[in-house]
Amino acid sequence: MAKRATREAYGETLVELVNEGMNIVAVDADLAGFTKTGVLGKAYPDRLVDVGIAEQDMMDVAAGLSLTGRIAFTGSFAVFGTGRCYDQIRNTVCDSNLNVKVCPTHAGITVGEDGATHQSLEDVGMMRMLPNMRVLVPADYRGAKAAIRIAAETPGPFYVRMGRHPVPEVYNTDSDFALGKAKVLREGTDVSLLACGVEVAQALAAADQLAQKGISAEVVDVFSVKPLDEDAILATATKTGRVVTCEEHMVWGGMGSAVAELLASKLPTPMRFVGMRSFGTSAPGDVLLHHFGLDAEGIAAQVEDFLA
Amino acid sequence: MLEASKSGHPGGSLSSSDIMAELWFGGEMSYDPSDPTSEGRDRFVLSKGHVVPVLYAVFKKLGWLEDEDIMSLRQLGSRCQGHPDNKVCPGVEVCAGSLGQGLSVAAGLALGLKLDAASSRVYVLCGDGEMQEGSNWEALMFAAHRKLDNLTMILDLNNLQIDGHVTDVCSLGDIEAKLAAFGWNVQVIDGHDVRAVRLALGKAKGVHGQPQAIVCTTVKGKGVSFMEDKASWHGTAPSHDQAVEALAELDAERARLEKEADNG
Repeated sequence: MAKRATREAYGETLVELVNEGMNIVAVDADLAGFTKTGVLGKAYPDRLVDVGIAEQDMMDVAAGLSLTGRIAFTGSFAVFGTGRCYDQIRNTVCDSNLNVKVCPTHAGITVGEDGATHQSLEDVGMMRMLPNMRVLVPADYRGAKAAIRIAAETPGPFYVRMGRHPVPEVYNTDSDFALGKAKVLREGTDVSLLACGVEVAQALAAADQLAQKGISAEVVDVFSVKPLDEDAILATATKTGRVVTCEEHMVWGGMGSAVAELLASKLPTPMRFVGMRSFGTSAPGDVLLHHFGLDAEGIAAQVEDFLA
Repeated sequence: MLEASKSGHPGGSLSSSDIMAELWFGGEMSYDPSDPTSEGRDRFVLSKGHVVPVLYAVFKKLGWLEDEDIMSLRQLGSRCQGHPDNKVCPGVEVCAGSLGQGLSVAAGLALGLKLDAASSRVYVLCGDGEMQEGSNWEALMFAAHRKLDNLTMILDLNNLQIDGHVTDVCSLGDIEAKLAAFGWNVQVIDGHDVRAVRLALGKAKGVHGQPQAIVCTTVKGKGVSFMEDKASWHGTAPSHDQAVEALAELDAERARLEKEADNG
């Protein structure tokens, strides 16, 4: 199976959107080559603004550009592109409800070798808490293309979380992704694995492993973390009665918390949370997924323990 | 306004009021008084968002706000939020209040207008205490690098912040030299001399290839003797008696100026 990082979708989708006539601009902070906004800059030099190593300026320059009628996308790594400019995102972009798309790359533990300072594990929680902000966490290249397109076509602030780690293709064709819609990728009856981002492929592999042990796992891609697909999540929880959330993010405040908030109020359901509970460390991404129990094996072990 | 709300920031509002009056009513900034969102307008960004009462006073004079709006300042449901809010107040381009952000927003606006080959200019009002925020210096570098000559920063140098005089808390040092070193065209004027403000705004328009800073030395609480140069009036609303006294002083000054104008 071909593997590609979700970030690979970023620049080329922006180029497509410009080709289609959308008034797009990207603002990056000295990472255009890594985030792939550089692809847009190469095709359309006037559409990429590199502010240098200045994430606060990046976010508010994007805010200003949006006030001239542009759809402004931002870059940088997720840890800096959200945390270093959180006040700008909160007080200027979200409170003013501007057409700014916060789309950093290099999210999560799979950043790998760069280590803890560069592994963004709190970003989904921080973005999810902000009024007016929508949050998409695509599972693969095609999911990321769809997420960028949805963000461009829907007015107002968005957060799209992308990674540098090559992930297996989950979607074989251009599927019908939509804001607020989850996707059931595998039917099952014993437990629901709700995953997002790189964890979707891991959850599917875990379901294969569990099947060999006689456990039937349903796998749902929670592509849209905010708004959540409440109907789909309530349906799968009703069906299996056991929910395990999987994300390369702190277990506090992320997608798992969003699911728990929903189920606690509408359908109390026993849950387990696969995710991070500490800062990360340096190692290749695959090694870290295994080390922190986020790979298929780790997820399967959690499920077996849960159902025992 | 502030007396009715029992909260707000009178000191900075007064230090900026001569600048704001000249900017909005002196003829240098271009906009349509009948339409706060008119195409082709010059843009105004209030970075020191806490002095928004002076902006509300401008909007009231323009008819963009009513008496009931400004007298409901900071109260539930008011268009006049404690800090500017573009969602409810006509004429406000963007929310402000968290300091150190307006300059970057203004730079983004100026860049967008340039890319559109629009002739509109962008004005941003910043405070001297606010310049302690590091993000401003990112924006200063960026605006000069991009040669945003359609961007004018007006810096209200009243030398007061909540904890005391700026020169005592954390001095800006030689701000004129620093702004020049960052590649900006700099003018230093008396921010209460309205003719000097008008002249500086006009000169700024003639600068090519560089953003412009107009550094205005001002007095916080200007025009109200018991408020002048007192940090304690940064974020304290006057009582009824104090408001009456303050307005009487300001009215007397207005009468004096009108008489002077008649004679001159």
